[in-house]
Amino acid sequence: MTTFTVTFGGTRFHVRLSLARFILYVLITAGAFIAMFPFIWMILTSFKSYGEVTAGRFFPREIRWHNYVEAWQAAPFGRYFLNSIFIALTTIAGDLFTGILAAYAFARMEFPGRNIIFFIFLATLMVPGELTVLPNFLTIRKLGWYNTYQAQIVPFTASVFHIFLLRQFFMGIPRDYWDAALLDGCTHFRFLRSIVVPLSRPAVVTVALLSFIGSWNAFLWPLIVTSSEKMRPIQVGLRSFVVEEATQTQLMMAAATMVIVPIIIFYVFTQKYFTEGLTMTGLKG
Amino acid sequence: MARNPRGQKPRRPPWRRGEAVLGFLYILPATLILAVFHFWPMIYAVYISLHRWRVIKQGYVGLANYKWVLSSPQFWNALKVTIYYVIGTVPFQLGLALILAYLLFQDIKGREIYRTIYFLPYITSTIASGAVFAWMFSPQEGPINRFLQKVGLPPQRWLLEPRGILTLLGEYLHIPWLHGGPSLALVTIMIFVIWFWVGYDATIFLAGLGSIPSELYEAARIDGANRWQLFRYITLPLLSPTTFFLSLVAVIGSFKAFNHIFIMTDASSGTVGGPLGTTTTVTILFFKNFYDVPTYGRAAAIAFVLFVIILVLSLLQNWIASKRVFYME
Repeated sequence: MTTFTVTFGGTRFHVRLSLARFILYVLITAGAFIAMFPFIWMILTSFKSYGEVTAGRFFPREIRWHNYVEAWQAAPFGRYFLNSIFIALTTIAGDLFTGILAAYAFARMEFPGRNIIFFIFLATLMVPGELTVLPNFLTIRKLGWYNTYQAQIVPFTASVFHIFLLRQFFMGIPRDYWDAALLDGCTHFRFLRSIVVPLSRPAVVTVALLSFIGSWNAFLWPLIVTSSEKMRPIQVGLRSFVVEEATQTQLMMAAATMVIVPIIIFYVFTQKYFTEGLTMTGLKG
Repeated sequence: MARNPRGQKPRRPPWRRGEAVLGFLYILPATLILAVFHFWPMIYAVYISLHRWRVIKQGYVGLANYKWVLSSPQFWNALKVTIYYVIGTVPFQLGLALILAYLLFQDIKGREIYRTIYFLPYITSTIASGAVFAWMFSPQEGPINRFLQKVGLPPQRWLLEPRGILTLLGEYLHIPWLHGGPSLALVTIMIFVIWFWVGYDATIFLAGLGSIPSELYEAARIDGANRWQLFRYITLPLLSPTTFFLSLVAVIGSFKAFNHIFIMTDASSGTVGGPLGTTTTVTILFFKNFYDVPTYGRAAAIAFVLFVIILVLSLLQNWIASKRVFYME
């Protein structure tokens, strides 16, 4: 044991720590600093003046909130955000609707060809999105959906992976529950709605989160199926802002902060489900 | 059938007609969407790749697009870049993540806070964080170059630098025979990739560490094993399924990587795919043949070759895993 003396606010604290543990804390704190540094730098820069950016000051002299106003006015960010929120919410709704129904059928219902169909579903998980991008683009054009919301929503309202996750969870609900419900004359739909879904809340929330993150962060697909600012989601909007305003670093950082910070706040509040979802997808998948 | 008392339903067929119809009805919405946007495009992609197809279909050309891909120096360069990318990111991100997870697994205060922080990069959009990285590595105003100058190292051109990292190192250290390697532009992207994935990998490793029964460690300790031996002979083998899973995700992810390469090169120089094509991976090459110059036939052929590579890698990794990975059950 070594005793370190730390002076803080005029008071001396004696911290008893073994050297090994001290090094441990130094290492993980350094790691955390590296993980956060880009965000810290982004936020600091978003408050600087143009002069401070070019002079390379690390901390801004004063906090310029006005950069956010300028960035917000320089591009239709309000529209981008609304587009992204609308697209994400409708995608989640569709994804949960198709996913819960299909997962329930695969987990609890008996119908001919069930296992073969499920296997074919799973086999397509190997196919990279790149292969489907081009044909889907042509399909969207043929449907007359180019530069619309539905082009950005409908293709993502069903996911094999999400069906798989939900099915795994539904299978864990004891068979006896269904037998008991059947005795009371319960239908499949009522059983699904009032027993299976409430009991599977963690899985449902995880799928909703995965769907949300996927939709919110989508870039390549919305880039190619949209042509006007009116339809573009936030990531594509951010990219055109980045390319067009390349010299105004402080404005770009303000824009990047507006895109990143809501997600970070959202994550901090929902991280329990993230970790659950990760261990579900990571270790059992 | 309907007259049978409950609990004595005949064994065969296992489904009742009403339920079978309902079952199909339940999977119908998902199947419909997947059929149109997931299954059909796989067939359609092959069809496109067999045609000369600019913006509209022009004519059947057999395997000509595949021949073009496999004989094109662009494609082989893209494959080389992608392999550099895999070698330069996967071992480093997994190694760092394992160390980090091992450190976090010790009895420390505030583990949850650390874990939350490490996970942050993974949840942010790669467009926003990639753009932030591009500015951090900006040759003129970026904090990285300023830091290098402060500690007396030469500033670099980072994302604008097409020369190989070994060439630069050789020049700096005056070792004439050192040259080549991935361009510094690609290395800058690799730094981003490692930063982005380490927290995710560490979180999964942490869950894996938690599932190793502590009795094993106790038994080994009684037998006189030291810290390193515990790590080498218990932790590492029992973590191998997790390591395998993560390396699979990482390698396949490398072949699919797009957003951050796109934005980092686009934001720094306006040239997607980096200086002299040194960050043009297979996916970026696909994008260029699709979006920049609409040669859909070629783009579809590139995408299909990419699909085959990913498939082979997955099968190969599965095969290796069946021999090397140690499962507890």
